[in-house]
Amino acid sequence: MKDRGYYKKFGGAYLPEMLVSTFDELVEIFQTAKNDPGFWEEYVDIMSTYSCRPTPITFAQNLTRHFGGARIYVKREDLNHTGAHKANNVIGQGLLVKRMGKTRVIAETGAGQHGVATATMAARFGFKCTIYMGEVDVQRQRPNVFWMERLGAEVITVTEGTRILKDAINESFRDWVTHMDTTHYVLGTACGPHPFPEMVSYFQSIIGQEARKQILDQAGGLPDRIYACVGGGSNALGIFNAFLDDPVDLVGVEAGGEGLETGRHASRLSSKDASVGVAQGYKTYFLQDNDGQMRETHSVAAGLDYVGVSPILAQYAETGRIRFEAATDREVMDALSLTIQKEGLIPALESAHAFAQALKEAPAMTPKDIILINQSGRGDKDIFTIADAFADPKWQAFIKEKAEGYHA
Amino acid sequence: MLESYLDNRLKQKEILLMTHIVLGYPTFEDAFKIIESMVNAGVDLMELQIPFSEPIADGPVILHANQKALAKGATVKKCVDFAKTVAETFEIPFLFMSYYNILFKYGVERFVDTMAENGLQGAIVPDLPPEEGKDYLEAMDKHRLSPILIFSPSTSDERMNYLGAFGRGFIYCVARKGVTGVDTDFSRQLENYLVRCRKATDLPLALGFGVKERADIDFLKGKADIAVIGSETIRLVDKEGVGAVEAFIKTLR
Repeated sequence: MKDRGYYKKFGGAYLPEMLVSTFDELVEIFQTAKNDPGFWEEYVDIMSTYSCRPTPITFAQNLTRHFGGARIYVKREDLNHTGAHKANNVIGQGLLVKRMGKTRVIAETGAGQHGVATATMAARFGFKCTIYMGEVDVQRQRPNVFWMERLGAEVITVTEGTRILKDAINESFRDWVTHMDTTHYVLGTACGPHPFPEMVSYFQSIIGQEARKQILDQAGGLPDRIYACVGGGSNALGIFNAFLDDPVDLVGVEAGGEGLETGRHASRLSSKDASVGVAQGYKTYFLQDNDGQMRETHSVAAGLDYVGVSPILAQYAETGRIRFEAATDREVMDALSLTIQKEGLIPALESAHAFAQALKEAPAMTPKDIILINQSGRGDKDIFTIADAFADPKWQAFIKEKAEGYHA
Repeated sequence: MLESYLDNRLKQKEILLMTHIVLGYPTFEDAFKIIESMVNAGVDLMELQIPFSEPIADGPVILHANQKALAKGATVKKCVDFAKTVAETFEIPFLFMSYYNILFKYGVERFVDTMAENGLQGAIVPDLPPEEGKDYLEAMDKHRLSPILIFSPSTSDERMNYLGAFGRGFIYCVARKGVTGVDTDFSRQLENYLVRCRKATDLPLALGFGVKERADIDFLKGKADIAVIGSETIRLVDKEGVGAVEAFIKTLR
């Protein structure tokens, strides 16, 4: 590996020796595909016939009227097959797996969206599939576990460490280091060792390519601000990429959890709690203690509940090109509720972070201003968490009844 | 220096024994007793692992030892101080083993300076390939400490030559794919791999991952210079307690 994937001081490839040759192969296959114009065409073709690309942009007229500030538009990644932007990355990597001639894929998942997308791709392309998911996330995203298993994937519950996304990533690496001859690790976000940050953002850049054209057509100009939630950072990089050279304020929204001041959050770039470190094969800001031990993170959204962040985003945080903010669990629930009622849109808890920040800022802007929110996924998977948050009595009665039915 | 120690030792023994412990596991006091037992039983050198929250190259046994040590309050400072005492107390060479973030957060140069002051002789950092480890390698070189480089069965001959040029002390040859603490097939294939390793470097070869009994070590005689026992002693301590260590190590020769 000659180019080691550095973005200023962030990124790199801190690999155990056993995986070096696997990464060399991956870098080569990715570079060859990238230089082959037929590859992107094939990718776009599958995404438009198997998934729902191009996904539309929706003018959120009721939210716009409600706040009386900026005009609000929403990029609808929730309309992808499997319900999130994750499909973009997964189908892209699936095409590379075919080129490499491997027969099995593995993936980590937090919210379960990446796991479902990977299991779907594996079913479609005929690969064996194993998904690693932290025990905490298995509990809070049960519907997605059900679908992964129906799709033929083996779902392994990870009981190590903090039992969330980072621990699922560690277990995926342990599987990969054992089975790399037959197996590709479909990392779900723009993190990890080179070439993953570059490769995942390359496939996700389809979001921004579409969105830039659509917003110019529909709104008659570039947006003033774009909002995207940031867990690992793949949906944010996907939409931001096309606007980096434009005079557009790019806003990444991290999980504020119970509030930055409580320490119970997953904000790496918008809080002062993170520092530069090296883990999971790359260098970036991590939520860690002074010894370099990773800390427990917290978010209502499993997909944002992660200790690290894309090295590409860490770079833009340092240069100031992207502004980072945090939305708390409470703010997210309120934004979610309002969006459902006003627009009939059900964003995933992850995506609702982008809405929360946008809705905080929109009132202070004018109707001349345009804002664009990336709705990275749909919220169906969150039915249990959202029902709990609203303490919905009819839902609780239904669940009790259902449980009794199983005892019968 | 580590290399001359190993050379001398290899003149007396057909194969040397390196063992591994996780610092602070089960406790620092027990770790000290384990080291004492190992030295008494004739271990030639030891790896002292500073626990890390994300040990991706380690299997369940060492992973749990890392987690439990951290949960009981093992800090880098305690590990470093403990290692100093150990190096002063026992005659054999001690190496640090940890993941790069531990060195990075401590400050790479400061970490290596501390190693030198505390009498450690080298370090194994499994997630730091030489391409990313320029500062580390320079600092180790300055103090004449041994950075232990790693070969794996998936390492090409060309890359073995490249890695060998940075290695000091000995080369750690990973026996097979996968993580620590899983059985290894001691086979012809392993022998061929060790022949490939031997061609690539003049340094002594240590073979680790899945070594757990006398038969494994007998197989390695004449093929490798150092047998590495890692997860097996931790497994034994978990099952039978600290007192079982000395007798176990003695069965290996």
